[in-house]
Amino acid sequence: MDPTNVRKPDYFHKVVDCQWACPAHTNVPEYIRLIAQGRYTDAYLLNRESNVFPGVLGRTCDRPCEPACRRTRVEDKPVAICRLKRVAADLRDDVTALIPQAPKTKNGKRVACIGAGPASLAVANDLMPLGYSVTIFEKLSKAGGLMRSNIPSFRLPAKVLDDEIEMIVNLGVDVRYGAPVKSMKSLLAEGYDAVFVGSGAPRGKNLDIPGRYDSPRIHIGIDWLESVAFEHIEKIGEKVLIIGVGNTAMDCCRTSRRLGGKDVKVMARKPRKYFKASPWELEDAEEEQIEILINHEPVRFVIDDLVPGGKLVGMEFQRYESKEEGGKLVQKATDKIILPCDDVILAIGQEASFPWIERDLGIEMDKWDCPIVDKTTFQCSLPGVFFGGDAAWGPANIIWAVAHAHDAAISIHNHCNNIPLTDRPAHGMTLVSAKMGLHEWSYKNDYNSVGRAKMKHVDLVERFKSMKVEVEEGFDPEQTALEVARCLNCDIQTVFTEALCIECDACIDVCPLACLTIAPDGDEKTLRTRLTAPAMNLTQELYASAPLPQTKRLMLKDEDLCVHCGLCAERCPTAAWDMQKFDLFMPRAGAKT
Amino acid sequence: MSYIKKPAVRHPSLQANALGLTVRDYEGAMSTLCAGCGHDSVTAAIVRAFHELDTPPHLIAKLSGIGCSSKTPTYFVSGAHGFNSAHGRMPAIVSGAAAANRELTYIGVSGDGDSLSIGLGQMAHAIRRNVNMLYVIENNGVYGLTKGQFSASADVGSKSKKGEANTQSPIDPIMLALSIGATFVARSFSGDKAALVPILKAGIRHKGLALVDVLSPCVTFNDHEGSTKSYTHTRKHQLPVIEADFVPRRSPIETSQAPGTVQTVTMHDGSVVRLHKVAADYDPTDREKAWSFLHARAAAGDIPVGLLYIDEKGTEMHAGNKTVAQPLSQVPFEQLCPGSAALEALQQHYR
Repeated sequence: MDPTNVRKPDYFHKVVDCQWACPAHTNVPEYIRLIAQGRYTDAYLLNRESNVFPGVLGRTCDRPCEPACRRTRVEDKPVAICRLKRVAADLRDDVTALIPQAPKTKNGKRVACIGAGPASLAVANDLMPLGYSVTIFEKLSKAGGLMRSNIPSFRLPAKVLDDEIEMIVNLGVDVRYGAPVKSMKSLLAEGYDAVFVGSGAPRGKNLDIPGRYDSPRIHIGIDWLESVAFEHIEKIGEKVLIIGVGNTAMDCCRTSRRLGGKDVKVMARKPRKYFKASPWELEDAEEEQIEILINHEPVRFVIDDLVPGGKLVGMEFQRYESKEEGGKLVQKATDKIILPCDDVILAIGQEASFPWIERDLGIEMDKWDCPIVDKTTFQCSLPGVFFGGDAAWGPANIIWAVAHAHDAAISIHNHCNNIPLTDRPAHGMTLVSAKMGLHEWSYKNDYNSVGRAKMKHVDLVERFKSMKVEVEEGFDPEQTALEVARCLNCDIQTVFTEALCIECDACIDVCPLACLTIAPDGDEKTLRTRLTAPAMNLTQELYASAPLPQTKRLMLKDEDLCVHCGLCAERCPTAAWDMQKFDLFMPRAGAKT
Repeated sequence: MSYIKKPAVRHPSLQANALGLTVRDYEGAMSTLCAGCGHDSVTAAIVRAFHELDTPPHLIAKLSGIGCSSKTPTYFVSGAHGFNSAHGRMPAIVSGAAAANRELTYIGVSGDGDSLSIGLGQMAHAIRRNVNMLYVIENNGVYGLTKGQFSASADVGSKSKKGEANTQSPIDPIMLALSIGATFVARSFSGDKAALVPILKAGIRHKGLALVDVLSPCVTFNDHEGSTKSYTHTRKHQLPVIEADFVPRRSPIETSQAPGTVQTVTMHDGSVVRLHKVAADYDPTDREKAWSFLHARAAAGDIPVGLLYIDEKGTEMHAGNKTVAQPLSQVPFEQLCPGSAALEALQQHYR
């Protein structure tokens, strides 16, 4: 087997699974260490570099990092990465003087962004310090996009959102509120150097079944949430049915509980395993006494015609029996049931829509009538027009929108400077020894077996008093101190120098997770059969050395279960193993190629 | 020396043995020996051997004397009985313990200083007596704890760290044991667990004293150029004579090897040691031939390794003394000490 090339950033980056899974590649272990040291402002700034909205994301992120967390490979639960981010955001000092500011002299380039959501704001955040003049067009009276209209304030207080938006707007961004873009053609005619479309996926899917248009008490989820956010709607009936079981449905049912809903049911067509909502959002909803019914498919709305104008009295469902056959869900229809209700909220998905883009501009559309956007450059078929966030490929989440924005900003910068869009600054990395003394390291290498901290919630009576009572209280100092100790410091890499190895087996003997093997050379498949313990995760590459000096065998490491305790390096008499801190360098717009 | 303990988390695929214990359950405290010490590898091999043999930890007694090697029983099987004796006196303590309680599995860990200098007489008599034990010598040719003076096993011409050559002839525990009637004699290398673990297992199962001389380099004082006990020198000069396979009782025995190259020896408990002859003219059951072969090879500068001699018909201490099957420690006091009248009668018998 060829020696593993650990000099290319991807190899060690993949060992930091949280960072690899994060669309914006946030340096999670490093910010957790900064929190452990009480350096909240530094932890916040490190977060902000990659994900721009740490305060918002510390409460609302979809957390792709947590299922990826390597702690789950040796224990049940991942590190509470997301809520630790919130700790940094909550306890930070004023960072105004510490974030990059726009230069006094502009570079003369004008960029228009459509929609003041996370994607456009993040684009502005990357481009303003480079001297660009950025104008954002927003249809509503406030910025934030879905962060404001779709995420209820009991999960994300307005103050947190306002602060992080202000940091960007205060760089000098020209935000035009109440200014929806109605025609791409006329916007293009205004002569901007580049246009970024970050208009999201603002159209909630409809459910066209009998009775749909016979009552005003049938709502589209995201529109209804927006009306609640802008205080156009302040109450709802006692009996509410939510159709759909995604994260929007969770926000709808919990909001209903606060606006007068007493008997709120979430109706799902499939069993729990197939739910789209994040497990923690389901738990939070159930804690608020919301019932989730599975195997119910909506058939029709039941309208009482005797009441003038028609009154919604219930909804009929087809019920199913579900079982799995050969890994596939098989549903058999059983009976029908009518559930009484005062209101129904449809939360069955959302999509992007572009009625305002004229079809003769050279912007090619696909069969779903969405623009065809290049996955690397984020440019559509019309040069100078870029897409990002939910507007690019349909609904995702905030952290994906931010990741898109960083890449789109690179493209916009290249476009405005006549650099080919494909000429993108490369990722880089640094590896620096973490050795501080004989057996002392610049990180805490002892494994702490403490369990995941439980987020404290405001009690039910208190939280239902107002939409504005934030449910999660955040971690207290004791919880924080223990939770940071759960991080395995996966960015402190085990790095091997074969020339130094005397094959004494010390590292192999001490490794608590049987990660290491010295074995005769062979192809990767053969070598995997020679490992000290069988690999549990075949997607994890083997770390293979060049032939060792004395016996020409190879040192092999299966990174999968490594807990980065550093004992291999401590027991190595020749420092052939060393613990080295891996830092990924993620270029931003304006970085040298 | 590490400041942290080995994390308790373990690989999910670790196999439990017949007692439901994983290999981690046979570990001991963190080693305080120098990083890279051969002794730590021997420790790891002992851990594996006991785990694979399904030995209940509370039925193991681990004993040692003084020296780097004698620290190692702390580092394996925390659940076992332990005894740290005076320098070189481990064999006497094991003899006494084994006499009192024949039920335990005894492992004595010693070094070239503890066994070949101060304790040479002790070791020799334990071999003569054929105490039922595994006797491991962690042999590195230097006194490590006192900063690297030549030990009794240092070869003539082997150089100290400062460059001085040793002039006194070495005591070879293998040749010594063969000459005084040992029934199980093996040599292995700490850097080769594939060979060491089966030898340790066979040694534990052997009825009588199993002497295993393990070349276990001292990384701090004897792993330099010019040393004949370094990792490099041992790897270059080791001569595999016999490769042993330990086959536990009731396991099927495969016979795919060409006839004549494999010899099997059945042990007292029914398990089998399969001896693969790497040197074709070698017979590990013939003491005289083995002695002259090993003598000649050693003179030529080779280090013969493997299960070098085995005799399953030898008489172990309890058999020789015709003691009762029940451990003496469990025999009621009245029977053990039947009183002065019985003593008087016994003495009359000898008059």
